[in-house]
Amino acid sequence: MSGLSLRRASLSLGDAPLVGPLDLSMSRGEVVTLMGPSGSGKSSLLAWVCGTLAPAFAASGTVLVDGADVTALPAHRRRIGILFQDDLLFPHLSVGGNLGFGLPASVRGSARRARIAAALADAELDGFEHRDPATLSGGQRARIALMRTLLAEPRALLLDEPFGKLDVALRDRMRRFVFERARRLALPVLMVTHDPEDAAATGGTVLHLLAGGTVRRADPGEELADALPA
Amino acid sequence: MGTARLALSTGTRPALLKAAPAVTLVLFLGPIAGGLAGTAGPAFGWLPAIGGNALSLDPWRSLFAWPGFASSLRVTVTTGFAATAISLGLVIAFCAACHGTAAFRRAQAFLAPMLATPHAALAIGFAFLIAPSGMLARLASPWATGWTRPPDIASVNDEGGLALIAGLVLKEVPYLLLVTLAALNQVRAEALMRAARTLGYAPMMGWMKVVLPLVYPQIRLPIYAVLAFSLSVVDVALILGPGTPPTLAVLVMRWFSDRELSLWFPASAGALLLAALVATAVAAWRLAEWAIARAARTWLEAGARGGFAPASGLIAATTLGTVLALSAGAVAMLALWSFAGAWRFPDALPRFWTLATWQAQSTGLVSLAATTLLIGAAATAIAVVLALLCLEAEQRFDIVPGRGALMLLYLPLILPQISFLFGLQVALVRLGIDGTVAAVIWAHLLFVLPYVFLTLADPWRAIDTRLARNAASLGAGPWRVFLAVKLPVMLRPILIAAAVGFAVSAGQYLPTLFAGAGRVSTLTTEAVTLAGGSDRRIVGAYAMVQALLPLAAYAAALAAPAILWRNRRGLAVT
Repeated sequence: MSGLSLRRASLSLGDAPLVGPLDLSMSRGEVVTLMGPSGSGKSSLLAWVCGTLAPAFAASGTVLVDGADVTALPAHRRRIGILFQDDLLFPHLSVGGNLGFGLPASVRGSARRARIAAALADAELDGFEHRDPATLSGGQRARIALMRTLLAEPRALLLDEPFGKLDVALRDRMRRFVFERARRLALPVLMVTHDPEDAAATGGTVLHLLAGGTVRRADPGEELADALPA
Repeated sequence: MGTARLALSTGTRPALLKAAPAVTLVLFLGPIAGGLAGTAGPAFGWLPAIGGNALSLDPWRSLFAWPGFASSLRVTVTTGFAATAISLGLVIAFCAACHGTAAFRRAQAFLAPMLATPHAALAIGFAFLIAPSGMLARLASPWATGWTRPPDIASVNDEGGLALIAGLVLKEVPYLLLVTLAALNQVRAEALMRAARTLGYAPMMGWMKVVLPLVYPQIRLPIYAVLAFSLSVVDVALILGPGTPPTLAVLVMRWFSDRELSLWFPASAGALLLAALVATAVAAWRLAEWAIARAARTWLEAGARGGFAPASGLIAATTLGTVLALSAGAVAMLALWSFAGAWRFPDALPRFWTLATWQAQSTGLVSLAATTLLIGAAATAIAVVLALLCLEAEQRFDIVPGRGALMLLYLPLILPQISFLFGLQVALVRLGIDGTVAAVIWAHLLFVLPYVFLTLADPWRAIDTRLARNAASLGAGPWRVFLAVKLPVMLRPILIAAAVGFAVSAGQYLPTLFAGAGRVSTLTTEAVTLAGGSDRRIVGAYAMVQALLPLAAYAAALAAPAILWRNRRGLAVT
């Protein structure tokens, strides 16, 4: 099966169960949103999926990408991209350097430069190769962060409260920017958020993480009133 | 859980990295353990190479029977405790009175250059200030004192060790201030102070009652290091301390370097005694801490909110300013003398300036500076690599270093150098590498590594781990993350740790002397030797270059990232 699947995924911290057991699949191009209050273990679930879960957590279950079990693979070999609330651009590299960091080494020479230029053009930041990321605006940095993730040619995309730090005017634009590109690349997307508007913007399945680690599917058209603000 | 851990730790050749902490410990503790054992043998009459074939207590008997032993022990204990208590008292008073003020921030700017100045250079410059023919006497003569010739007073090398105490205070205050500042950041002192003040506490009282009890445990090990250093220092005591009888450490040193080899036996006993003395002193200090904390409990909870005279802040700031000014003045004295022509007492300045000293000494200075640089650079490079590998291993394998590891790191800083360096030399002779530059580098590493590690550990552990995780999710393996993300982002702390390490190496006297078997000379060994009675112009020149090298290293450590990252605002110093 193509896409991203989690099978019998469960997470706990010490004796406290956080998430799961949980079965979840996103086919290519599908966006699934997982909502829940802060501290409910949403972000830890994403960290487990992409392979960077802190060892203090205990996790079990399986992560499948396009049908292949990647659970035992280290993060850098899973090809699962992730975007956070903070853009996490590397401060020592230029904008172009950050994008190059994401691009596979097999792309060389002029092809490499072209891919980076194309990514910048796609982000409406033509010619920004040599800029210091610290001189960019929040929205520009967020777009570069997405481009860097996409240049790494992921097979699935995780979004961890990705729009939380942007101001309201920018947020909507950035949502469209991210989801458009994910759809164009037919990426399975798993987003965690506590912002109902994020969920609404996806047009996809919305799940609520409840106390005790179980998940409830939101009915279509349901007012997302029970989503707690952070 | 098993899978998550596996996923994090898989990397190319992880075994190599996994061994890093163990290898470091062996490189680091092996020589100390071997050195202690090698000193313990002759302390009980065992050193076949010079005819000690039977275990006996004779070395101890001759040590205790030495005519000046009791006075030597007394002056060691008084100078050691006095220097530590005065330094700590000054730092606490200053922080309590001036926390958050402009004076506080200004003092911080002085710390790095003061810390970089080697003990020996500072002590030599300080002697130039306070000697009977020194700058302070010149400035006050003849108009105030009536002196036209240097007075016959023992203002340096005095029997009671006052000059030694003052010299140690000059060097220890900046160090304790630095560790206190670091601790203040850890305990979120600003927020605590706000709370205390909104509860009606005057700033100084609030600091003493709320911040100090939290800060003290954080600076406890550095205080013990200061106490141990003050009790067992050799170079500063040679320059400023009493001569007859000298402190215990100097006495032991004299016997070790005597041509009469049988003196090695009581010297070894003295070296062990010094180690025991330091252990006892630390235990006594710990006991006093406990007693004071117990007695202060009622005071802390009694609710008194004022009570320090308003002038106390001014006094504390002035005293600390004087200490820092004396340090700066001491270094200035080195420069002054090295360029001085004829300079008669009580003239405040030389009759004329000249480059003659520098020209005459240039060959010697250049070759000694090169040796110092080589040894310092090598020891620092090894220490930085080991520290980085240990820290990386810690992060990658999720090793949580316990309190024991921290104590081990402090071991070479608390154990008196002289208590294991003679034994180390014996071991090096056996290995056939004594008197080589490599042996000196290894000996320096024992003292460079703890400082490099301690300086680097906090910033390294504070790396935003999401940067690394993000790089991994972009497909970068652990080594690529380490080399392409962590190292560049950490460039500044790494270089600062390297500068600290280099300054530590450049200041080492005893390790150079023992591991080098007297055949490897650095600026430090030369300056200390010359301080024994050479022309002040020559001593000034050597001590000045000795002080300049580590300063240059600091300047380079600050400048390099600023230049390299000049277009990276995200890495700018804020």
